Amino acid sequence: MGLDFSVVPGFADALLLGVLWTIAITVAAAVLSFFGGILLAVIALYAPLLVRLPFRFFAWLFMGTPLLLQLFLIYFGLVELGIDLPAFVAGVIGLGLHFAVYNSELIQTAIVAVDRGQMEAARTLGLSRGQALVRVVIPQAVRDVIPPIGNNMIALLKDSALVSVIGVSELTLSAQLAIGRTYRPFEFYAVAAVLYYFINLGMEAVLRRIERRTQLSR
Amino acid sequence: MDVDLILRVYPYFLEAAVVTIELSVLTILLGLLCGAAGAWARLSRFALLRFAGAAYVSVFRGTPALIQLFLLYFGGPQVGIQLDAFEAGVIGLGVNIGAYMTETMRGAIVAVDHGQGEAARTLGLSRAQSFRKVVLPQALRLMIRPLGVNINAQIKGTALVAAISVVELTYTAQRYIGSTYKPFEMFLLAGVLYLIIITVVGKGISFLDRRVRLQ
Repeated sequence: MGLDFSVVPGFADALLLGVLWTIAITVAAAVLSFFGGILLAVIALYAPLLVRLPFRFFAWLFMGTPLLLQLFLIYFGLVELGIDLPAFVAGVIGLGLHFAVYNSELIQTAIVAVDRGQMEAARTLGLSRGQALVRVVIPQAVRDVIPPIGNNMIALLKDSALVSVIGVSELTLSAQLAIGRTYRPFEFYAVAAVLYYFINLGMEAVLRRIERRTQLSR
Repeated sequence: MDVDLILRVYPYFLEAAVVTIELSVLTILLGLLCGAAGAWARLSRFALLRFAGAAYVSVFRGTPALIQLFLLYFGGPQVGIQLDAFEAGVIGLGVNIGAYMTETMRGAIVAVDHGQGEAARTLGLSRAQSFRKVVLPQALRLMIRPLGVNINAQIKGTALVAAISVVELTYTAQRYIGSTYKPFEMFLLAGVLYLIIITVVGKGISFLDRRVRLQ
């Protein structure tokens, strides 16, 4: 059948829209996974046993199963519970939770590694335990793990392609729709790969800036 | 929780788990092969090979595995590559994880103290001999644990082939969710099987890691 890239420009708008949605879902899920990761870390370390144990179990389940399986659970599970969310929101929740668990593991280690004296000093100055945690310990812990969290976010960008299977119209699904019309899978998947590659480069540049900023103040 | 349903469908999940194990073993073996070739190229004396190795890592780590898989399986026939879904899954995912393993192996080789290779050369070993007999054995020890991380990721990564309709665990779970409308039960069933596979493999890797560290 041969290759014919001349069909691609006709779908440039759809593909660019796909790029924007991929960036949107990546950023939304990254934010959710960052703050969710902090929350899960605090729960895993400080919550009473009855709360902590189910969360540990949930984390173990999420770290040991494929993201794709979790996306199916969240998408169909929400429908089963009668909660009708748009595919985009379900995708953000699925991706965000998956990576929140991974981030939480990093943040837990970092919280434990923050010098005890920091908490003690904050308590001596009259802060409550919660205040000391939120204002003194967590900011230092999070700063320590910005680089590995950045690596997780790069993985998140690439895994965002998976939400196409639950119908989120990001870059992968845009390519699939164009293929459905033209029967040119090679051309459109190749173009999608190139677009992902550039989004990836852009994201790495942004992460490097964030890293440099946050690691300066050490 | 619909226990009757779980008891009725679990044999199909066991069959699917066997396919997931097959996919894991084959993709990991191919990944190790590609990783070794990639690391060798990245550490080569020849600039062209170093460039090829770096390009391999950059392209395959810089784009989603799902897109690579689709490009191979759906786009392959346009350029004369005809593969069935299982073959495409093994080759696509194996070459993908190979790019990650390239960096793991390269990292371990570079982490071996420079003095080791130099001392071996001073003692009269050739470049190849000093690599094979002195540097590599030490690097192999260092790479077991990080390769374990790659392997763990790849076992879960085999789920991607569900998107090209290979009947493995995730595809089976998806199909039964669609026909029974019991997402939690089906997730739990598939999830437990994944966790068993990953835990067993993880234990095996830490055992191996402890053994080589003791020597």
